Amino acid sequence: MTIAIIQFGGSNCDLDVLHVLEDVVGTDAELVWYKEHDLDKYEAAIIPGGFSYGDYLRAGAIASRTPIMDSIKKMADEGKPIMGICNGFQILTESGLLDGALTTNEYPKFRCEWTNLRVETNDSPFTSAFKKGEVIRIPIAHMEGNFYADEATLSNMEDNDLVAFRYVDSEGHVTEEVNPNGSQENIAGTLSGNRNVMGLMPHPERASEEVLGSNDGIRMFKSMVEYISSR
Amino acid sequence: MQYRAEVTIERKSGMLDPEGTTIKRALEHLGYHTNDIKTSKRYIIDLEEESSELAETKVDEMCQKLIANPMIHNYTIDLREV
Repeated sequence: MTIAIIQFGGSNCDLDVLHVLEDVVGTDAELVWYKEHDLDKYEAAIIPGGFSYGDYLRAGAIASRTPIMDSIKKMADEGKPIMGICNGFQILTESGLLDGALTTNEYPKFRCEWTNLRVETNDSPFTSAFKKGEVIRIPIAHMEGNFYADEATLSNMEDNDLVAFRYVDSEGHVTEEVNPNGSQENIAGTLSGNRNVMGLMPHPERASEEVLGSNDGIRMFKSMVEYISSR
Repeated sequence: MQYRAEVTIERKSGMLDPEGTTIKRALEHLGYHTNDIKTSKRYIIDLEEESSELAETKVDEMCQKLIANPMIHNYTIDLREV
């Protein structure tokens, strides 16, 4: 079982994800440069954070139109889990694999800080190791993380349990004060209709070892590995 | 024929424009009061096509496939022969 970590020019969390998968979770992972087009040998893919193509045009826009994304769509169609973190989430929305868009933070500042997230569903390949409603600590680092979707898309997400995480206070309440970027309904992470694609703005790879202040993130990777093994 | 298309990309109405809001606030510090400020992006595209209709169709495709995000943007195309 090998997980592909997709690298674009400007990806910069690729090695952190590799470290967590190999050294902390103990699974096989490989860095895959975006010019590769055959991803058949991989069981899952992670699109890591960074500033692909310098965020030119819009964050994630250029990367989402590269040919490797056709291979990622093929993996998604085959039911393989695909996770996009931060810039990876932006790439997944820009490519149409996930609904909505990520626009400039309401207060247009790069925010790098810890957030509390409420796990909204554990019915996914990425969240099965959590309890629904559990509050976890994962940091964010972004300027374009303001989740936007039209009313119809939002209600579809609500009806189909496609919100994975929301920004909450330490007690698990959704409030305006703890919304770091103006995201609609405090949405921090979402799932695709068939649940095997997830994007989130927070960085689970930066919260996967106790020494970093939290290891809540590791359960996302462990959920993924468990899902792959059970397929 | 050579054409120049000026493409303007704007956020759909009702969407936040944090950059515009920041500029509005900065202008207020300078003593200028405005009701609202919206930002937009303009792309100037030079291309060769057989007719202005074809050029317009091509630029429209470019907007839909890459330059704009239809979820959040409206765009206008101003095309002229050069």
